[in-house]
Amino acid sequence: MVTEYKEGSVGAEFNKREFKVVGTRPPRPDGVDKVTGRALFGADFTAPGMLHATVLRSPHAHARIVSIDTSGALAMDGVKAVVTSEDFVKQTSSGNQDTLDNCMARGKVFYDGHAIVAVAATSVKIANAALKLIKVEYEILPHETDVDAAMLDSAPVLHEGRKFRNIPEGNNANVSGYWEFGHGDMDEGFAKADIVIERSFKTAATHQGYIEPHATLATMGPDGRGEIWVCTQGQFMVRDLAAAFVGIEASQLRVTASEIGGGFGGKTTVYLEPVALALAKKSGRPVKMVMTREEVFRASGPTTSSSTDVKIGMTKDGRITAGQAKLRYQGGAFPNITAMLGAMTAFASYDLEAVQTQAWNVLTNRPKQAAYRAPGAPMAIYTVESVVDELCQKLGLDPLEVRLLNAAKKGTLSSYGPTFDEIGLVATLEAAKAHPHYAAPLGPNQGRGVSCGFWFNFAGNTSVSMNINEDGTVAVIEGNPDIGGSRASISMMAAEELGIPLEKVRTIVADTNAIGFNDVTDGSRVTFAVGLATIKAARAAIQNMCGRAAQIWGIDADAVDWVDGAAVPTGHNAGDFPPMSLAKIAADSAKTGGPIAGHFEVNADGAGVSFGVHLVDVEVDPETGFTEIKRYTVFQDAGKAIHPDYVEGQMQGGAVQGIGWALNEEYIYGEDGKLQNAGFLDYRIPVASDLPMIDAVILEIPNPGHPYGVRGVGETGIVPPLAAVANGVSHAAGVRMTELPMSPPRILAAIDGAK
Amino acid sequence: MSKIHVSTSINGDAVEYLCEPEETLLDVLRNRVGLTGAKEGCGSGDCGACSVALDGRLVCSCLVLAAEAEGKTVSTVEGIAEGENLHVLQQKLLDHAALQCGICTPGILIASKALLEKNPDPTETEVRYWLAGNLCRCTGYDKIIRAVMDAAAEMRGA
Amino acid sequence: MVKVTLWGSLRSATGGLTEVEVEAKNTGEMLKALAKKYPALDPIIEGGVSVAIDGLIYKEAWFTPIKPDSEVVLLPYMKGG
Repeated sequence: MVTEYKEGSVGAEFNKREFKVVGTRPPRPDGVDKVTGRALFGADFTAPGMLHATVLRSPHAHARIVSIDTSGALAMDGVKAVVTSEDFVKQTSSGNQDTLDNCMARGKVFYDGHAIVAVAATSVKIANAALKLIKVEYEILPHETDVDAAMLDSAPVLHEGRKFRNIPEGNNANVSGYWEFGHGDMDEGFAKADIVIERSFKTAATHQGYIEPHATLATMGPDGRGEIWVCTQGQFMVRDLAAAFVGIEASQLRVTASEIGGGFGGKTTVYLEPVALALAKKSGRPVKMVMTREEVFRASGPTTSSSTDVKIGMTKDGRITAGQAKLRYQGGAFPNITAMLGAMTAFASYDLEAVQTQAWNVLTNRPKQAAYRAPGAPMAIYTVESVVDELCQKLGLDPLEVRLLNAAKKGTLSSYGPTFDEIGLVATLEAAKAHPHYAAPLGPNQGRGVSCGFWFNFAGNTSVSMNINEDGTVAVIEGNPDIGGSRASISMMAAEELGIPLEKVRTIVADTNAIGFNDVTDGSRVTFAVGLATIKAARAAIQNMCGRAAQIWGIDADAVDWVDGAAVPTGHNAGDFPPMSLAKIAADSAKTGGPIAGHFEVNADGAGVSFGVHLVDVEVDPETGFTEIKRYTVFQDAGKAIHPDYVEGQMQGGAVQGIGWALNEEYIYGEDGKLQNAGFLDYRIPVASDLPMIDAVILEIPNPGHPYGVRGVGETGIVPPLAAVANGVSHAAGVRMTELPMSPPRILAAIDGAK
Repeated sequence: MSKIHVSTSINGDAVEYLCEPEETLLDVLRNRVGLTGAKEGCGSGDCGACSVALDGRLVCSCLVLAAEAEGKTVSTVEGIAEGENLHVLQQKLLDHAALQCGICTPGILIASKALLEKNPDPTETEVRYWLAGNLCRCTGYDKIIRAVMDAAAEMRGA
Repeated sequence: MVKVTLWGSLRSATGGLTEVEVEAKNTGEMLKALAKKYPALDPIIEGGVSVAIDGLIYKEAWFTPIKPDSEVVLLPYMKGG
């Protein structure tokens, strides 16, 4: 569904633009490679003389490393190099040092699975055998994996003596971050309420669950020049970190991103890459490293687990008078900002006079968290949307009407500070209200859940080059790994702006030496920021081509326009010449001044925030506690859907990851601090038979910050499902669920408890 | 330990290889034969990214020993298209935008081809249960299911 | 003068204020002036912040002009997935 906007609204201006390529659904350019097995992913690269490296990991949740003896491994036939933290360069930035210490433990191991030693050998079998000959002496320390327990004074301290900024008095040494947001008078706000509900919630840590484990291949010669091939969300990030950790300059390391088998935020950092590079440096041979699935779970970033107290006041007619949330997140053994993002997003859907959020990040003996699709927001918004639902239930109000009544809109002072510009929440809620799903009857043991969701969307550093080939085709060169079809969208925007058929354009993701710097593929930024840079690069090429035509015609350059893929005189006064096509100008380029290209580099801003509303019908089996998703509809503002298939794909995929988070997925630690479910059998992500079709309704409320109105769409979709499913289950089971995942035993216990 | 000599047929070609007794068919396909289309997502038969057909039977190649391929026929994603012509299933996955990152796609193709050879007219539920062993983290399965149903219809001449 | 709204927990660096005023014509000047006026903010600004001007979030952009009546909000540095 595409909404049309009224005259005079910001949408009207965008409605007038008639797109020829944008908004269509052509096949993706990398599609054939991916259905024939030809596409090369991280583990598919090899090099002559390549070694294989594997990693010795901590069996303990928390221990001091007294000594490491690698002599036995080194003496083994076929072993070519061994590295420990000693082989890396100390970092000046604490964030980088944390990342390095996570790649190779320095002095202490902080979690079950923490890397300690890596061995490169002529085969994986020999490398694994060599790991068994390494002797590590540990001084085992007490550990803690629970967020609330880690905040107690009795908790073991992870980073003794380390000072974190801006931590208020009264917090213990495991609190590594504290943030506070909001505005208005809370006491006054709660005083105005007819009803106030306070609830506490817990959510489990979940993993991004990309099907492709981390994999990399590194080479480095005695000249100190290296290359890395890797599945990553950002080859420039890999270059900068790996070069810094090994102690070479960025220019000496060339990083090529392979096809990437899913990331969802989890491939925005490094694990193996600096290690493989250090081993390559030491051995003088290419070194390949591939994580096992168990390693992915034990040692690559899951998201945070959370414990949150929420208090919301409402008047009888459904107006929210005040909202307050205290969010405590643990993201493993190193500091992170996920709790902060939770505090910023928790109440973002609402127009509130009084709102306050406080967030604590707490260190625990778990793996270093990595970003996961809208990091921090799903679990924060889950708690707020659950309490809003309960308030509606208690007051007998329609949950969508209440959300409409309180919805943030243009001019709303957001809960995290700035005032919103054009946003699509109201339109999204109205679309949900008008949808047949909302009026459909429910069967026995069924419940309907509703939730809003929000994500900021980011823009950031972006470089795009565009070459106009002599045969009239166009090469677009960008630097952001394509996770979900972005090369299709980028090619479409290039074709649209240049006015040429899509099949004339080919977009590639270049290595770090072939294009200017790009931030990682994160924050739903690629279609927005790379798209924007592509449009601007096309405009630079067009300006060049108009200049060529002007010279050929012997008229002023500013007397030439670009219309439908050709240079044309601006009017009869400019001269009477037939349109000169891109192909013609390109064919003559050698005679008119040489190759034609356009490029654009920017630290982009103007990424528009994106809202979504999800509707779900669930059925809970009161005998087993099993929840079945019966029907699911996603409504989301895409600004402008460049390739609607892949926008729907983001919405559907996000929804299903959220369903997994709500119902199944969970990091389970034993008393011994060891992860008990490090595999897809026991960490169960949704499978095809768990689900119905996921209906996706795209709304287009153009983002004024993008030439075509694009907003990022990748992350918002994972935000609403947690509360939508929880609200549905709470209605179906007749009891309010306050802990995720809502696995059958938890639901049964809640049903029994309510009897 | 000495290596095992295996003679097999992969995508219609006679292939010989030497493998370790404990080596999996997946490792041999990827590391010795040079067919990297089958992917390792878990190594424990949970994700289906390594799906191949062994004598026409759908298997996780990470759970099959390479030595077991002796005298059998192995079909991988690389053998689905005929020359320049994509198989209907491949074309339908593209038409329905049924892949995002594409890492699960080889397994989905092999598994759904095996389904349609057994059952040319599956219901949505049958497709969902058949593909329950092929994890996809990107798409939420919606477009994959539609693509397979559409391919089935076209292959039936419907 | 530009009025800058700080996120709540920065109160500890400004003697309890979450709204402060500094002389600045662009974001770079604003950040420099803030760090000078409130030295406890210096390491936080140095560590990376975002700035929202009239609702638009800028990560690092020293030369973004600020009008005297602009809504300016200092935000922490953010990262997505």
